[in-house]
Amino acid sequence: MQQMALHALDLAAQRGVQYADVRLVEARSQDLATRNGRAAQVADTDSLGMGIRILLDGGWGFAATDDLSAAGIEKAISKARAIAKASAITVRSTVRLAEEPVHKAVWTSPCRIDPLAMPVTQKFDHLLRVDDALRANKAVTLTETLFHATRTRQWFVNTDGSVIDQTRTMTGAGCACYVFRDGDLQKRSYPNSFGGQYQLKGWELVEELDMLAHAGRLGEEAEALHGADACPSGQLPLILDSSQLGLQIHESIGHPIELDRVLGSEANYAGMSFLTLDQLRTLRYGSGIVHVVSDATPAHGPGLGTFAFDDEGVAAQRTDIIRDGLFAGYLTSRETAGAIGDARSNGCLRAAGWDRLPLIRMTNTSLEPGDSTLEEVFDVPHGIYMETNKSWSIDDKRYNFQFGCEIAWEIKNGRRIRMLKNPVYSGISTQFWNACEAIANREHWTLWGVPNCGKGQPEQVMGTGHGASPSRFGGVTVGSL
Amino acid sequence: MTDQEARDWFDIVTREARALGVHDVETHFSEGESSLTRFANNAIHQNVSELSRSISIRVAIGQRTARATTNRLDRIREATQTAVALARASAPDENLLPLYVPEPATPIDRWDEATAAFSPMARAEAVREAIACVEGAGHVAAGIFSTERGSQILANSNGLFLRHDETGSTFSITATGSDSSGWAKASAVRAGDLRPLALAQSAAEKATRSAKPRRLEPGRYRVLLEPSAVLDLVGQIFGDCTATAVAEERSFLTGRMDEALFGENITIHDDVRHPLQDGAPFDGEGVPRQPLTLFAEGRPADLACSRTAARQAGRTATGHGLALPNESGECVQNIVIAGGSETREELLRKLGRGVLVTRLWYIREVDPFRKVMTGMTRDGTFLVEDGEIVGGLHNFRFNESVVEMLRRVEAMSPSERACGEEAFDMVVPAMLVRDFPFTEVTLF
Repeated sequence: MQQMALHALDLAAQRGVQYADVRLVEARSQDLATRNGRAAQVADTDSLGMGIRILLDGGWGFAATDDLSAAGIEKAISKARAIAKASAITVRSTVRLAEEPVHKAVWTSPCRIDPLAMPVTQKFDHLLRVDDALRANKAVTLTETLFHATRTRQWFVNTDGSVIDQTRTMTGAGCACYVFRDGDLQKRSYPNSFGGQYQLKGWELVEELDMLAHAGRLGEEAEALHGADACPSGQLPLILDSSQLGLQIHESIGHPIELDRVLGSEANYAGMSFLTLDQLRTLRYGSGIVHVVSDATPAHGPGLGTFAFDDEGVAAQRTDIIRDGLFAGYLTSRETAGAIGDARSNGCLRAAGWDRLPLIRMTNTSLEPGDSTLEEVFDVPHGIYMETNKSWSIDDKRYNFQFGCEIAWEIKNGRRIRMLKNPVYSGISTQFWNACEAIANREHWTLWGVPNCGKGQPEQVMGTGHGASPSRFGGVTVGSL
Repeated sequence: MTDQEARDWFDIVTREARALGVHDVETHFSEGESSLTRFANNAIHQNVSELSRSISIRVAIGQRTARATTNRLDRIREATQTAVALARASAPDENLLPLYVPEPATPIDRWDEATAAFSPMARAEAVREAIACVEGAGHVAAGIFSTERGSQILANSNGLFLRHDETGSTFSITATGSDSSGWAKASAVRAGDLRPLALAQSAAEKATRSAKPRRLEPGRYRVLLEPSAVLDLVGQIFGDCTATAVAEERSFLTGRMDEALFGENITIHDDVRHPLQDGAPFDGEGVPRQPLTLFAEGRPADLACSRTAARQAGRTATGHGLALPNESGECVQNIVIAGGSETREELLRKLGRGVLVTRLWYIREVDPFRKVMTGMTRDGTFLVEDGEIVGGLHNFRFNESVVEMLRRVEAMSPSERACGEEAFDMVVPAMLVRDFPFTEVTLF
């Protein structure tokens, strides 16, 4: 495969380019799901294809094909060249790619139990046992469980001379139950909503999640929510569990720091960002205990944003995003790093597959653990604790957000005193992070996977990682909808 | 992809399956090319083309079924083996039906040779002209111009062999000023039906007219939702308009099929053969798509129904089933909302004082039964007084029940094909809605 990628690169280079890279990607995935105790999804997908990116006459062209015959590759190169020449008729500025050392490397993400080699019968047995346990509560009206695994091997080569062979194995699993009664539908999910937890691991992730141990509680809570009071409205201390905080980081920090968004590349679709270039190293983004990093290195953990090299051959890095509350850095690429005076990209250009152009994407954007115990995080005279995301929305410059959660509890003097339903909270990104009062320590820190982050046209769905521990924020607008 | 190629591939699948003792096989072949020219800061910055194909094989063994998909023509036998092995290892589905026995289906012509052959340079030249228009108005342009062609063939071992070929094209543009923006978007089967320059002019005009936006306090306002805003918001309810969603009690229609849910002026169809619609005239199992009236004069009328759901409900399938196996049952995707007769100017006059909304953004479900949605306005939100646009507004957050909103529609324009970013393209009118709840105001 590597020879095929190098051959395609040679063909592209021979015809004259300023720069070119080739990604040959082989992927296999499997999806299994149950619903109310029956098999609802059983699917395997495999694909192999090549994406060729060319800079020519100052314009970019990208062509992708799964016809990997000699003629097919030749045709794709011709298409990429024709597209680059068409792009060039509107060029306004010169593309300058930040320098990156030449890399020749092979990297494979750790995976203890191959999730694709595990017998399907064994995986279904596990999901069906969880499904049964979810339905143990007779009030439950709908149950669902799912398992997903993908292994992606990518051969990356570019005209700088880099040759990178990288394999990543991702696993995800989750379960949920619904209780419908009297015109009200309540749901509880574990370990997270919208698919569960995803990490760069094998089947060992599913074992660690131990969904069976939590299934009974989900049914009880989904039923109990029907009798719960609505979340009171007001400005109150808000404590978020780490999964909800992970999504809060994703939406109100992760997206605003994408430098392509800041520079206007996403203006028509995903939007722009309040983090204009003049804010760098001047904006008080959070309180003094807020430290956020973008970290793709394996040392950060098995996140969906963990890799050895990004999709333009830049080595994985750790970058300060917020340090001591001060806005410290953007996510960059070789083309955009110069816009903020950086000599090198911090390695955030990622593509959803062989058929997609790499874009600036989050890697693992994580809130570093604090030094509070869980008891200290909850230690407020009166507040609200919310858990597990239910809805999320933010404006196209990433100022105003509103999140809903599946469940909440009213906290008095550090203790949960009553369950609350349909909780929502809203705010302005910088005001929210500046109101951060306490962050739980590493013992409670989880690296969450968001497998479904959408961006770009044509849209690309990317996995990102977000480490967080339960945290408290002062004076947040909370209520019920 | 020719019919003969697909038949040859299907023969490979069936031979391999039979060798493994499996006779019930369904195969979906697809092939296509999608190209998209993307621009921002008045220049093309991303410009891509993708050529791809796939063969998706489903086998059924008793009450077990599974699917294997590959884009590797040299691995059709292996994919068949994978599907068989998966099906044998999977859990049973007591609701699984035998493969569909084909009935006559009438094809739809949605192919335009000029769109299929559209060149990168032709897209770039149209984009350059649109950029010049926006730049001439003193704004910065960003957007896309895409063209695509695709073919799909669905075959099964009961003799089903259905083909659908289609082209498509989309142009979208945002004009950004120093403190305002405007947006326009259109799609069509034929790229020649799009008017990129007119869309650019519309976006630029909106950016100009919304400059120096003022802040209006949150509250309930009479609003005029342009067609894109209507489809993005109302589009959030159609996943519930299926027999499976109601049977699983996850639909807002659960137990409410006999209620007058919306105003009498709301009638909604699903009609794949509507001249402004797109898509194939058959579903994931090959059942011909039937026209459906989902809501008639405000009352639920019918539900999309797969073969599986039809058997359970004792009725006939409507041709909206998803490819098996799946978790959701069915989907509607050719929505036509019956419109009114008023022009945009007449609707603005009726609006009197209120808010004109171009586009909604980041819409998410807050309450699944009341269908409360939250989201933001974006790229052209205007204050209207005495029926005239008087200036731009800071963008609002809304929390609105779509069910309740459809009781408060006071007037509508004729329906048109519209597109947004939060739901699929539909044929919808602009809607004048009273008491629309804006709950917060953002900073721009």
